[in-house]
Amino acid sequence: MIQFFLGSGLFLCVMMLFSLYRGIFGPTVLDRLVGANAIGSKTVVLLLLIGFIYGRVDMFVDIALAYALLNFVAVLAASRYFHKRKGLYEESTVE
Amino acid sequence: MIINTVVIVLLSCGLIFFFGGALGIIRMPDFYSRLHPAGKLDTLGIMFMTSGLALYNLHHFTWEALLVSLKMLLIVFFVFHSSPTATHSIVDAGIRAGLRPWSKHERR
Repeated sequence: MIQFFLGSGLFLCVMMLFSLYRGIFGPTVLDRLVGANAIGSKTVVLLLLIGFIYGRVDMFVDIALAYALLNFVAVLAASRYFHKRKGLYEESTVE
Repeated sequence: MIINTVVIVLLSCGLIFFFGGALGIIRMPDFYSRLHPAGKLDTLGIMFMTSGLALYNLHHFTWEALLVSLKMLLIVFFVFHSSPTATHSIVDAGIRAGLRPWSKHERR
């Protein structure tokens, strides 16, 4: 069962790399924000898997809960920031 | 034995949903359409994987393990409220900044 958890964690890391592509090469700032949000939501599950592999779930579940909260607050704060500052444009069309 | 099978099926469902979400984030043509897999499939993936892990945690039943499983279900509850809020907020920022949605005749 631990091997299956390890394999799931590795698969999640590959999915995080896919989302990181959108975070790096995204045409707008909001695309990068979407990529970061997707990485954060995968990290919650990855933290729980790490807790099961190490046998300390009772500790890691609190960290995962705090990380989910932090991810939500970060995305909310960044998008409220772009309400005020209208500096969004398509980087591919500027060139 | 049967609980392991159920846990493996739930985790595999979650991984499939995460795979679809990551593929949609890469392949979709537009920012607004990229939010569609990012908002829904990640939430569903978290729900399946976390409920599978909470079920596996109750393998040997104690009250502490029950408390930890309830905390995992609390993560699911929180994500089901926070993910639509974050998605709505990002879309609102895009609309206010004046990003036009992708139309059919543009090549992207």
